[in-house]
Amino acid sequence: MSTITRSLSEERSDETKRPQGLSALDQLEAEGIHIIREVVAEFERPVLLFSGGKDSVVVLHLAAKAFAPGKVPFPVLHVDTGHNFPEVIAFRDETVARLGIDLEVARVQDYIDDGRLAERPDGTRNPLQTQPLLDAIAAGKHDAVFGGARRDEDKARAKERIISLRDEFGQWDPRNQRPELWSLYNGRHLPGQHVRAFPISNWTEADIWNYIDRENIALPPLYYAHQREVFRRDGMWWAVGEFSQPRAGEEVVRRTVRYRTVGDMSCTGAVESDAADTASVAAEVQRSTLTERGATRADDRISEAAMEDRKKDGYF
Amino acid sequence: MSNLAADVSSRSARSTASERARTLFRFATAGSVDDGKSTLVGRLLHDAKAILADQLEQVAATSRQRGFAHGEFDFALLTDGLRAEREQGITIDVAYRYFATDRRSFILADCPGHVQYTRNMVTGSATADAVIVLVDARKGIIEQTRRHLAVVSLLRVAHVVIAVNKIDLVGFDENRFVEIELEAARVAEQLGLPGIHVLPVSALEGDNIVDRSERTPWYQGPTLIDLLESLPTAVEIEDTAAPFRLPVQLVLRPQGGLSPEIADPERYRDFRGFAGRIAAGTVSVGDSVDVFPGGHSTTVTGIHIAGQEADAATAAQSVTLTLADEIDAARGAVIAASGTIPAGRREAVVELFQLDPRATTTGSKVLVKHGTATVQALIAEVIDRRDLETLAHHDAESLAVNEIGRVRLRFAANLPLEPYAQSREGGSLVLIHPADGATLAAATVED
Repeated sequence: MSTITRSLSEERSDETKRPQGLSALDQLEAEGIHIIREVVAEFERPVLLFSGGKDSVVVLHLAAKAFAPGKVPFPVLHVDTGHNFPEVIAFRDETVARLGIDLEVARVQDYIDDGRLAERPDGTRNPLQTQPLLDAIAAGKHDAVFGGARRDEDKARAKERIISLRDEFGQWDPRNQRPELWSLYNGRHLPGQHVRAFPISNWTEADIWNYIDRENIALPPLYYAHQREVFRRDGMWWAVGEFSQPRAGEEVVRRTVRYRTVGDMSCTGAVESDAADTASVAAEVQRSTLTERGATRADDRISEAAMEDRKKDGYF
Repeated sequence: MSNLAADVSSRSARSTASERARTLFRFATAGSVDDGKSTLVGRLLHDAKAILADQLEQVAATSRQRGFAHGEFDFALLTDGLRAEREQGITIDVAYRYFATDRRSFILADCPGHVQYTRNMVTGSATADAVIVLVDARKGIIEQTRRHLAVVSLLRVAHVVIAVNKIDLVGFDENRFVEIELEAARVAEQLGLPGIHVLPVSALEGDNIVDRSERTPWYQGPTLIDLLESLPTAVEIEDTAAPFRLPVQLVLRPQGGLSPEIADPERYRDFRGFAGRIAAGTVSVGDSVDVFPGGHSTTVTGIHIAGQEADAATAAQSVTLTLADEIDAARGAVIAASGTIPAGRREAVVELFQLDPRATTTGSKVLVKHGTATVQALIAEVIDRRDLETLAHHDAESLAVNEIGRVRLRFAANLPLEPYAQSREGGSLVLIHPADGATLAAATVED
């Protein structure tokens, strides 16, 4: 999340300094790799949810390190809302080609076309992802599904285990979770159940950016400042595009913006920023007074428990 | 209450270089109902500027709905993440919170006190470097404080901080604080807790949390955040001379499946790497190692830390080792410094923390996970149950949920167990239900 600068630390004498061990980032990286290896060792058919967003990119980077010099031993799954930023789809395809891994795609559009799902009145497709996701997990016989969710993103996610059981309906039961002790993860499950595995549970947004900076990890260009035609709605900047058009009275302007999260084009807003590289983004994240979801996600503004409600139904 | 409008301009952008130097400190908070734990957590997050404007706005709006005065906040709303928790005003489960100062990144496990306190305390404290136990200055050390301290003692958490909260409500009275401090020292001695830190705080008013209070001039010790920033982590205080241990998670044999990013594939054609996270000690290229089980000896020929080649690696790093000889070391094996492999054991007496509602009884069959090994096991004998106020042993036939006691386990295969007192990783187990997979209990190896 965020950090502080306190005068106290400058005043502190040298005698209280402790020998420096591994840095927080080193420890988080080691923990993430350990979790990914545990899941690959104990499950038959893991898959990684990969949206091209920064968090799933970091998980994939950790997976590449965990199995080097071998390639990542599982495919990635993208739940395609049909409302994607084209730059993100291009990035997704380049990334899987570079790493030599398989890409599975579950398309919300297919479900809308044949009537299994109906378009929502507000036009957002994020909540519609759950059914295609669960069907793709079943079709791929995936018993473990890696995700890039972090506990600092949301109150409901703050309570989720690193290895989190889903029942045969894909549901999360937040009141009946297995205790998780030491680094002894329990992934036992019955046929039909699966687990979600969150290797970067303990990372904050600042950790993600510092790590991307340190490791020089490629991201979709949307994350960095660029010029874009945008309009103002609900206190956020929306890109003018195929899936988000200004309504009457919403003025289109050209601004320098970047995205803090990358999701469905119809529910993800941009922030004004001139941070054009990872180091400036990392510094901007430190200074921000809004959470990334509060700043840019319309779907989480529905209610205080919006994420919990979606997660219970099997969402990411 | 202090001005909650975060002073944003005072936060300067800092170089990512200093971000990278920060170390990680894990701690848990525990307290009884109404000790002010949520307020303390809210205060820490707020004073560390880890609560952002939109979160604060949400909390402010809900606080007003609940009848809090304008400008006052129900801090519990920040930690009670689930709908049921907010609706019922109770905390069900451990919640994780994150904040950072210049020196450290913190992972805070916020453990609810009243419902299933043992289960939550064990979950939150098992990996903690420190546990903060809250005490109400008006009530002093009560039965539940003793229970929390007992659990912390059995889990051998490195540091215990007793925060004597609501010191404002006893008029910042030094005598009252000293009384509680002495009682805490007495309980700590009885429970075998080595070093405890006792400090007077007011979570509501912010005294001695981040800034030293002018209202407790008689208190010369550190503030809470001073302690959290300076106490050595479990990894830092671990004996650096501890013998090297690598539980093997899996064997990497990429053969044809090399990453396309590898520049010289010929070099890795016969690669066979042993992947795992170092549980203890250090390892260097050229070191002699022994492998459990079997006891075969060989030499370390290469080390990769998180995919990068290195000459040496240390505890907590995820590594891949290559060895000179083609030895059998599958998942569940342990690679150890030469001459130090633990004896394989088919039986052990453990301290068992019962987490599942189905009681542990003599004769039941379970699965045991230790390191990267999972084996069948039998509860050969329930020996006794702990009195959770004194840690005294009482005869028992079974252990019900939230009870702690000693059990003799018999394993279907040899396990390289080590006393928990010597090694957190080598001496910890979880018990799993063989049919439905539930986590039944946590256990620590006694001797």
